[in-house]
Amino acid sequence: MQFGIFSVSDITRDPVSGQTPSEAERIDAIVKIARKTEEVGMDVFAIGEHHNPPFFSSAPTTLLSYIAAITKRLVVTTSTTLITTNDPARIAEEYAMLQHLSKGRMDLMLGRGNTAPVYPWFGQDIRQGLPLALENYNLLHRLWREDVVDWEGKFRTPLQGFTSTPRPLDDVPPFVWHGSIRSPEIAEQAAFYGDGFFANNIFWPKEHYQRLIAFYRKRFAHYGHGTPEQAIVGLGGQAYIARSSQDAIKEFRPYFNEAPVYGHGPTMEDFMEMTPLSVGSPQEVIDKTLTFRESFGDYQRQLWLMDHAGLPVGKVLDQLELLGGEVVPVLRKELAARRADGVAEAPTHELLVQAKYGDAQPRQPRPNANRGDNVTGSSPYQDSAQPRAAALREN
Amino acid sequence: MSTFPQERYDDRARHDGRPQTLRLVVVSAGTSDPSSSRLLADRVAARVESLAGQGGHAVAASVIELRELATEIATAMTSQLTGPRLQAAIDALAAADGIVVSTPVYKAGPSGLFTSFFHVLDNDLLIGKPVVLAATAGTQRHALVADDQMRPLFAYLRTLAVPTSLFAAPEDWGDAALNKRVDRAATELVLLMDSGFARKVRQESWGSYQHELGSANGTETEIDLDTDMMRLATGGSAVR
Repeated sequence: MQFGIFSVSDITRDPVSGQTPSEAERIDAIVKIARKTEEVGMDVFAIGEHHNPPFFSSAPTTLLSYIAAITKRLVVTTSTTLITTNDPARIAEEYAMLQHLSKGRMDLMLGRGNTAPVYPWFGQDIRQGLPLALENYNLLHRLWREDVVDWEGKFRTPLQGFTSTPRPLDDVPPFVWHGSIRSPEIAEQAAFYGDGFFANNIFWPKEHYQRLIAFYRKRFAHYGHGTPEQAIVGLGGQAYIARSSQDAIKEFRPYFNEAPVYGHGPTMEDFMEMTPLSVGSPQEVIDKTLTFRESFGDYQRQLWLMDHAGLPVGKVLDQLELLGGEVVPVLRKELAARRADGVAEAPTHELLVQAKYGDAQPRQPRPNANRGDNVTGSSPYQDSAQPRAAALREN
Repeated sequence: MSTFPQERYDDRARHDGRPQTLRLVVVSAGTSDPSSSRLLADRVAARVESLAGQGGHAVAASVIELRELATEIATAMTSQLTGPRLQAAIDALAAADGIVVSTPVYKAGPSGLFTSFFHVLDNDLLIGKPVVLAATAGTQRHALVADDQMRPLFAYLRTLAVPTSLFAAPEDWGDAALNKRVDRAATELVLLMDSGFARKVRQESWGSYQHELGSANGTETEIDLDTDMMRLATGGSAVR
């Protein structure tokens, strides 16, 4: 079981101080938050991707490779990577590079993005968002598994003899989570490929997410990847922690009341009742988080949203101390004790290498010499299948 | 193709020719107590009960006062969160055999509270259900609001608005002609409720309407695997 933090990278006015951080301040803050996530004993840090203010994270692999460089154990990932407006060939290249630089301490979560104007800015159309996401991922999946790809689809220019470089670390593709809150087709795709499924679990009652997760588990088993209970599920969550529940409620209320998305709406008490939000003492946050397992089954990754709504970085770092120091250790113990036999471990590069190679050495692709035409042809690596070259030698 | 989960919609025995209880739900957007919108709706409801009684049917009527749901409706609009009282109203409408909706007109259209309530409902919640449209106003100048503005909203929701819409300005409350129109609308509603049209159209054609996972008040749980998108989810490229 992995625990960590996910951020949407919003730059929001602090409703208590009235100050809005600059982009520079917020980018510095997110690096501190990621570093602290590892320091307090958590496992995962995830950043969103946006291409409009008031968000800063337009280039997630740049940020994540820096964070990977200044940490030792932390797994860096996304929440989410836009599989619609990004070219899947560029995703294949950028995240393979991140995988090499982080020595496998990364994965990624794919999402569609719901900001309509962003699509045309990148040459796409939100009305095609679902087929675009599905087709792009089918291509991405191949680019990380086949040295040379010929491909033709509806949304992207065709590829003939394309090799995505660098090949994945140890020739083991990065693990992929599919984030979705409403599309059965995305859950079906995650199940078909045996990938992970992540429900952000923030804004809505649990019933909303239960339907999709149950469907994903059933289809994961249908496609022969294991039992429904062995499917790879990740959940979000949102918490504000203080020593006493009274202090937590008092401190968080002004941020809650003005938060993007749900601020100026329901009362914090109603919202806590209706959604996975917990505001309270460490024990209260532990109790609420343990209900997630009861609702969704044993799962592999728990991420919390802690740095949004204008909370100042100092407060966020204090939150991480309480979360990592007092909440997560208890959850690790309690969830391990309740976990059914045979439930999958959270996926890591080491486990994926082990699954692919056992005790054998992982493949390390070495390119053939540049033939001077900048075209590598059908056999770009020394150990790639070379049907054409072999045939020529026989003549 | 999914079928409507009948037990949620109709959990009581229905036998043709035998007395049955018809569920009538009144939705009023009036803001005073009692409001003229509510009074107009109540007159329809009373006529419906009496006409249905003559046909051997009991009527179980319930009233949704949107005024009491105002903050939950606003929350649902802005945060997509359904509060407990709004949920109770949705449950009542999901089980309704017939509906009477009534709104005040302030600015040449149904009140914002009224339209907001119907805008947050699932598109497929009210498919096929018979509805009486009623509006009240301080002047006759708003007389066409029911037919001109409410009817398209209820057409979008795939309801069956009865032919006679009701409108009452102050002078109508002293005019026997209003009673005649109330009688007409009530008769039309009872005939449609009694015909079981909504139930039958749902039985025979539910899958031909648009649904989303979790729509129709959480009853729409079937996932169709036999679609182009589902095939695309499992490999390949979109159809060019």
